[in-house]
Amino acid sequence: MGNVLELRNVSKTFGEVAALHDVNFHVGSNEIVGLLGDNGAGKSTLVKIITGYHAPDRGGELFWQGRKLEHLSVARAHELGIEVVYQERALADKQSLWRNIFMGRELTRGLGVLDVRGMRSETRKLMQSAMGFTSSAITPESTVKTFSGGERQGVAITRALYFEAELVILDEPTMGLSLSETRKALDFVEGIKKAGKAAIFIDHNIFHVYPVADRIVVFDRGTVAGQFMKDEVTLEELTQRLHRVARTGSLDA
Amino acid sequence: MSSDEAARPLSRTAERGPVARFLRTYALQLGIVAVAIVVWVLFLIGSPRTFLARDIYISFMSTTPFFALVAIPLTLVVITGEIDLSFPSIMAFGMMGYDVVFLATGSVWLGFVACLAAGLLAGLLNGFIVVKIGVPSLVTTIGTQFLLRGAVMIVTSGQGLGMTEVQESGLHSALVGRAFGVVPAQFFWTIGIGLVVWFLLNRHRYGAHVYLTGDNEESARLMGVNVGGTKIVTFALVGLVAAFAGFVVSAEVLFFWPTLGEGYMLNTLASVFLGGTSVFGGTGTIFGTFVASFIIGAINAGIVAAGLTGFWTSFIYGLIIVASVSIQTVLGRRLR
Repeated sequence: MGNVLELRNVSKTFGEVAALHDVNFHVGSNEIVGLLGDNGAGKSTLVKIITGYHAPDRGGELFWQGRKLEHLSVARAHELGIEVVYQERALADKQSLWRNIFMGRELTRGLGVLDVRGMRSETRKLMQSAMGFTSSAITPESTVKTFSGGERQGVAITRALYFEAELVILDEPTMGLSLSETRKALDFVEGIKKAGKAAIFIDHNIFHVYPVADRIVVFDRGTVAGQFMKDEVTLEELTQRLHRVARTGSLDA
Repeated sequence: MSSDEAARPLSRTAERGPVARFLRTYALQLGIVAVAIVVWVLFLIGSPRTFLARDIYISFMSTTPFFALVAIPLTLVVITGEIDLSFPSIMAFGMMGYDVVFLATGSVWLGFVACLAAGLLAGLLNGFIVVKIGVPSLVTTIGTQFLLRGAVMIVTSGQGLGMTEVQESGLHSALVGRAFGVVPAQFFWTIGIGLVVWFLLNRHRYGAHVYLTGDNEESARLMGVNVGGTKIVTFALVGLVAAFAGFVVSAEVLFFWPTLGEGYMLNTLASVFLGGTSVFGGTGTIFGTFVASFIIGAINAGIVAAGLTGFWTSFIYGLIIVASVSIQTVLGRRLR
C-alpha cells in the first residue's frame, strides 16, 4: 500500500529559529495519523508546509502519491486534494456563509464572473446535508460572525469535504468545542476513514487522538520524537511516554 | 439540540423574520438613503425656491463627479483594509502625461491615453510599495502624494496648459458635454464607472477577494487567495480612475492646473466613509459611496442657498458626517 504523502528530510527555519529539523513523515493511503506534541513542537509549521503555504528549506522533499512535488502552492495543494481544517478555522467573519464556503475557490461562469446563484444553492444543500444547520435563522447569506464555535467548526469541516479531499488535515479541531461538538468532530474523522481517504489529526488531547488514529506520531522540539501503531501501544503506556518526552525530550526511559 | 440553542449568541434573535433580515442585509444602504432624504428635506424646507428648481440638480450632477469618480474605486481600497491618500496628486500626474504627449504630438487622443497610462502607472507604484516592499499604505501614499505632485511641478515648471483643442476632438462632448442639452456627461460616466466597479466587487472573483482580503488577510491567504495581487490591482484601479477624473475636471474648465486635485482629498474620503465603508476593512458598498458623494456635494450648495453664511459650511458638513457615521456604527452593532 503506497503512501499518499511523504516528507523527506524537511527542515524549516524562520530567521534563527528552527521550527522543524530534518523531519521524515508519511501518511499511508486510507490512514489516520494522529499528531501529538506540545506548543511549539512544529506541528503547525508542518501543516503549512504540506499545504504549500510555507516552502521547506533547501534539501527537503515532498512526495504526493509517490511523485515528487516541486514548488507546492496553496492552489496546487487544493488541486491535489489536500484540505485543511485550520485551528483558527480560517473564516472571514464579516462575509456571508456562502462566501466562506467558497473562499479562494469561487465558482465562476468564465472570465472570473461569479456564479452567485450556484454558490448559494450549493451552500443551502450543504447546510442540510453536511453541516446539520436546522435553524431557520441561518441562511447562506448569514455572516459567520454570529455563529457559535461548533457551527464555525462545521463550516470549516464542510468546506474541506465539499472539495473532495484525498488528505484532510485537522489542526486541533476540538479546541474550544463543547462535549457534543467534540463528538461530532471525532465522528467526522471516522467518516474520513470509512470513505477511504487519509487524514492527519493534530491535537493536544491524547484522549481525542487515540481512539480514532491508526498511527500516532509524536513531535518534540521540531523533530519526530517517535511513533506508534495504535495496536502496539495502550493508552496508559502512551500517556506515560508523553510525560517523559515533555520532561526529557526522549520517549524511552 | 437544546444546549446548542442556549449557547447561541443573543443577536441571533434579531435575525428572525424576512423584514429584519432585509434590514440587516441592507442596513448600510438604507442608512445612507435615509441620511440623503433627511438632508434633502431639510434643504427643501430651508430654501424651497432653490431646491424645487432644476438648476441646482444640474449643478450637482456637474461638480459632484469630480470627486465621486475617485471615491468609487477608493471604496475598494478601503474594503481591502488599506488607504490611498495620493489620488489628488495622481489626478495631476495623469494630466502631466497628457501635457507632455500633447505638446510632443499635438494629438488630444494620444494625450488622453497617456493620461490614463500615467495614472495606472502611479497606482501600480503605490501597490508595489505597499505589497512588495511592505510599507503601510497610509505612509506609502502620503509619500507618493508628495512625490507625484513634485514630479508634476518639475515637468511642467508649474505652468498650466490651455485645453481648447480638446473641445474640437469629440472627447470634450463625450466626457463633459451636456446630454439632451442639460445633463452633464460626467454624471453618466460616474454612474457607468459605479456600475462597472459594483459588478467587479459583487459579481467577480476579484471583488470576492477584495472583501476576503480586508476581512481576514490571514484566512484569505491560507485559503489560497492572492492577497498581494488583489491589493495591487485595487491601487492600480484608483490610479486609473483618478487620472480619468483629472482629465474630466480639466476638460470641464478647458485648462490644466498643476495644482489639480488639491481640495478633493477630504470630499472623496468623506464620501467613502459616509457611505458606510468600514475603516477596518471587509465591508462597504459602491451604492453607499455613490449616494454619500452626492450628499457631500449637496451640503455646500445647500447651506449657501438656505441663506446661511459660508462660515456655517464646515460646521454643518462635519455635523452630518459625524452624526451619520455614529448612527451607522450603533445600527451596525444592533443589527449584526
